[in-house]
Amino acid sequence: MQRMPLSFVLSLAWLALVVTAAATAHWLPIEDPTKQSLLRMLAPPSAGLWFGADSLGRDVFSRTIYGFRVTLAVSLGSVALGLLFGGALGIVAGYFRGAAERTILMGVNVLLAFPPLVLIIAMVAYPGQPLVKVIIALGIVFMPATTRIARANTLVFREREFVVAAQAVGMGNTRLIFRELLPNLVPALLAYSLLLVAVAALAEAGLAYLGLSVPPPTPTLGQMMASEQANVLEAPHAVFFPAGMLFLTIFALNMVGEEVQRRIDRRARAA
Amino acid sequence: MLTRLLWGVAGVAGTLLAVSVVSFLLVALLPGDLALLVLADAATPERVAALRAQLGLDQPLPVRYVHWLGNVLSGNLGYAIHSGESTLDVILSRLPVTLELIFLTQLLALGIAIPLGIWSAYRRGSAVDTATLVGCLCLLSTPAFVIGLVLIYLFALNLQWLPATGFVSLGEGIGGNLESMVLPVVSLALIEVPVYLRLLRSEMIGTLQQNFIALARGMGLPTWRILLENALRPSSLNLITVVGINMGRLMGGAIIVEQMFALPGVGQLLVESIYQQEYLMTQGIVLFVATMFIVINLLTDLVYALVDPRLQRDGEH
Repeated sequence: MQRMPLSFVLSLAWLALVVTAAATAHWLPIEDPTKQSLLRMLAPPSAGLWFGADSLGRDVFSRTIYGFRVTLAVSLGSVALGLLFGGALGIVAGYFRGAAERTILMGVNVLLAFPPLVLIIAMVAYPGQPLVKVIIALGIVFMPATTRIARANTLVFREREFVVAAQAVGMGNTRLIFRELLPNLVPALLAYSLLLVAVAALAEAGLAYLGLSVPPPTPTLGQMMASEQANVLEAPHAVFFPAGMLFLTIFALNMVGEEVQRRIDRRARAA
Repeated sequence: MLTRLLWGVAGVAGTLLAVSVVSFLLVALLPGDLALLVLADAATPERVAALRAQLGLDQPLPVRYVHWLGNVLSGNLGYAIHSGESTLDVILSRLPVTLELIFLTQLLALGIAIPLGIWSAYRRGSAVDTATLVGCLCLLSTPAFVIGLVLIYLFALNLQWLPATGFVSLGEGIGGNLESMVLPVVSLALIEVPVYLRLLRSEMIGTLQQNFIALARGMGLPTWRILLENALRPSSLNLITVVGINMGRLMGGAIIVEQMFALPGVGQLLVESIYQQEYLMTQGIVLFVATMFIVINLLTDLVYALVDPRLQRDGEH
């Protein structure tokens, strides 16, 4: 076991804290994120109101915690979706080759021809449940990358002795893919998906800022910043506290993702 | 070279066709009565009937697609339901703003990334290198609009050096135009810098270990000449590809930055068309933007071939 750098441990701790807080927000002793109070409009941070209040007197700290619920749901959901479908397509392309591979790669290239955010915005314009739409749209946009990684790794492993041996003793394709191939693809896909979670969180924040993510009254970090932007001079806390929390979280995700990626690269080179 | 070029053109044509199918389906697959949905609050029985006939809604999908594609190829990308303006005209009137934004952003991003990338590769492991890499990770973790908010807060509201909104077009004077572009361009460029810088740095580290660099050093060439003349060119091949591919990412960033700084570009147009549920307009913009980026990527491939002489020969690629 290699020694873990301090930054890696701190990042993991921060992520654990954010996930726990967001998941248990209902039971935490924090205020209702939609409760308005005219008495404390734009109140600065204090002992009772850690991040101050916004232009409707709502508790910014509580809204930030609740905002992370959407961030986490979207980023984890969309990456899982992209991983599942992209991974499956990539394995099919790399394992069976031939017409299936050509068709899948063509689909990937078509998806890559669209600027990602343009495609996401066009898909989010569909009528439907906002959270589900955002997750599906991001998941689709992530598919080309996950497909490519899964295919590239499948191409490497399908020539390896243990796969060839399994084929020789007559193991069926399905069993072979799940028993022999898949376990070997997991590290590469998982490391990349950590970085994708960071990308998804950034994208969700952008969509929310444009008002295209989950609509109010559900708080989202992007929408909080967009609506308090007009008061940023009098009440910078209402914009920059949520911004800072979002930054720290994505930074931690990138730290962890890059460290894991480095370890896997090193192991791959050693193998 | 010729066969490569022909294959390239065939591939691009196929992709363009597929992109048009996706754009077509984006509207054709909308659930419910398309005419009613597209017209929304502007729907009257006559208009619904007219639009239905115009879109050929009683015909099967492939027939409608061919009909629609014919329109697109003759320059008819649809029109705005509310104002009746042609989508293509509106896009073309907005395009210069977006192109200027993207061009200036690439210029600034490369202007920062190239010298810093060269330097941190050359002084690998130094304090400057470490600081650069940490800075890159920070920028990679920040949404463009957060950088924009910080810049607006500091330079527009507190110091009052630059305007936060109020776009001045090039026609009204280049000074005012550039002034209104500074904050949007910086916000967008700062999130692109880490992408370019990290790529160039890692390529450069590889190049600097090559024998011809050692030879150049042995010949007593000054360091700056080795870095700029011998090492930069072979290290920048992937950078060129990424600058081309990144156009798509930049377009996404442009949507947010244009909205934030009230720049009347194509990105803002797309967001407006979504807000107003102008489905036909949205479709036209998606198709136009995707086509534009396919063409840009084709041009990037050509530049690539010019920079890397090995690609001009037939055979291995």
